[in-house]
Amino acid sequence: MTTEKPLTRNIRPGGPPCNLQEYEKSGGYLGLRKALAGHHQDVVDMVVNANLLGRGGAGFPAGKKWSVVPMGASAPRPKYVVCNFDEMEPGSFKDRFLAEGDPHQLIEGMIIAGYAIEAQIGYIFIRKDYLKAERILRDAINEAYSKKYLGQDILGSGFNFELHLHGSAGRYICGESSALLNALEGGRAIPRSRPPHMSSVGLWGKPTVVNNVETICNVPHIAANGPEWFKGLSYTDEGGTKIYGASGRVRTLGAWELPMGTPLREILEDHAGGMQEGYEFRGVMPGGASSEFITTEHLDARMDFASMRTVDSHLGTGTLIVLDDRNCPIGMVLSLQRYFSRESCGWCTPCREGLPWIVQMLEALEEGRGTMEDIEILKSHTRLLETGNTFCTLAPAAMFSLESALRHFSEDFEEHVKKGRCPYKS
Amino acid sequence: MLTVEERRDIEEEIRKAPTMKAAVIDVLKTVQKHRGWVPDEALEEAAALLGMTAAEVDSIATFFSLIYRKPVGRHVILICDGVSCWLVGYEDVKQRLMERLGIAPGETTGDGKFTLLPSACLGVCEEAPAMMIDDRLYTKLTPDSVDEILAGYRDDN
Repeated sequence: MTTEKPLTRNIRPGGPPCNLQEYEKSGGYLGLRKALAGHHQDVVDMVVNANLLGRGGAGFPAGKKWSVVPMGASAPRPKYVVCNFDEMEPGSFKDRFLAEGDPHQLIEGMIIAGYAIEAQIGYIFIRKDYLKAERILRDAINEAYSKKYLGQDILGSGFNFELHLHGSAGRYICGESSALLNALEGGRAIPRSRPPHMSSVGLWGKPTVVNNVETICNVPHIAANGPEWFKGLSYTDEGGTKIYGASGRVRTLGAWELPMGTPLREILEDHAGGMQEGYEFRGVMPGGASSEFITTEHLDARMDFASMRTVDSHLGTGTLIVLDDRNCPIGMVLSLQRYFSRESCGWCTPCREGLPWIVQMLEALEEGRGTMEDIEILKSHTRLLETGNTFCTLAPAAMFSLESALRHFSEDFEEHVKKGRCPYKS
Repeated sequence: MLTVEERRDIEEEIRKAPTMKAAVIDVLKTVQKHRGWVPDEALEEAAALLGMTAAEVDSIATFFSLIYRKPVGRHVILICDGVSCWLVGYEDVKQRLMERLGIAPGETTGDGKFTLLPSACLGVCEEAPAMMIDDRLYTKLTPDSVDEILAGYRDDN
């Protein structure tokens, strides 16, 4: 275990982005040179052995995603690498932090990912409101073209790779990787049925890999320093560091790069500085809006994908949303469910119809019109909208907060019914 | 109905795109950049240039929340209603905006100056609560800072 911070070493919060000269000076594009000197398969193997798990929230092994792409002369072409920068998960801001601070890290990662799967074309799909990040990336891509890191015959290797930036126009569902591909093709951003998997039949029907910004940003470091070094950055067998963050009534809001598997308590107390004066801790969603509440009993759990599952939650994006004692847990869940309900693409019935119904019941509880039966109906919805009953994971992930709130804050739900009002409102 | 300049910008977007249809979002954004929103006539003409039916383009225009199919004010306020903002004072900020503007989310002021829209999490949770007015981001909002910010638009017609 080391205390290295490869992802944020060049980032000056509040300052200008790291430019190309500074990036090269810090060892930037060295990973690309090393990757291009070897075989495509060597890069894939390195990422597999590094055990880099997808940082968008699902934690799927990035190397495994890459290793199933059809390779060789008979593979369909062109192949695509797509970076999912549609960061709209409530509570999450880590991808913006990375791309605004060190854009070439992301660009280098895209080129190496492209080389690994023999892709010719890359897209960075960015949400519309990330105007600053879009401007920074556009400038950095131009810099990379001018230095032959992008385009034809990159660094004399014979490898060609074009990188495009696509600015979106709103809608959280674009972050679902197959919906994102539909948006890139100029369609409605609704999820696709799988199989076929995108690795074989993706963008315009061609083999495609979609990875999150933070995932891609790790790739240059793995290529430069190898999988063993990468695994050594972590407290657990899930390789690398992780960008954690915190929002809510904590003392210090922000994002911090720490070893993967850093205990939740350490992030909350040492980095976020604990609760603000006058506020007590009630619970925390460890991984953004699509994760389950954790209460004091599990604060010593490690923040990695496997450990979070053992305490009935998800690492998700690793950005904590902290609930204090002066905000109503039902009000908070209502805020979350309104969000998911509005952002549902409407493609499948349980999500389109179920989420608004949940919102109505939570509104009734908050306004003092709720009944004990409503609480039971809410519980049944957490099962009706679970994985397997919907087209994608939007609705099942929306149920994480509701299900865990019903479990941890059952007394609050019942008090709303018994008192006929929200006890948090004066 | 499309001006020469709009048509030229739209054709440029279509030329840059890998397929004509793939340009649809950039084309709609181009119309919006010129007009503030996407009227029916402009959508129909843009669809013809894209080789798509107007219905298909409309199905996309209405899907994406930041493409406006109704007129908006000269300034669009996007107030973040993500949970991180909710926890630290979103309701008070929204209330102040509604009072000062005299409108609810989804509405435009009578003088056509401001439209207030709810927005998906703006991704600045470490500086919550947040809103955007046009291309400008405002963070760490309080009801009082909302007053100050709106005052900055007083002479702006």
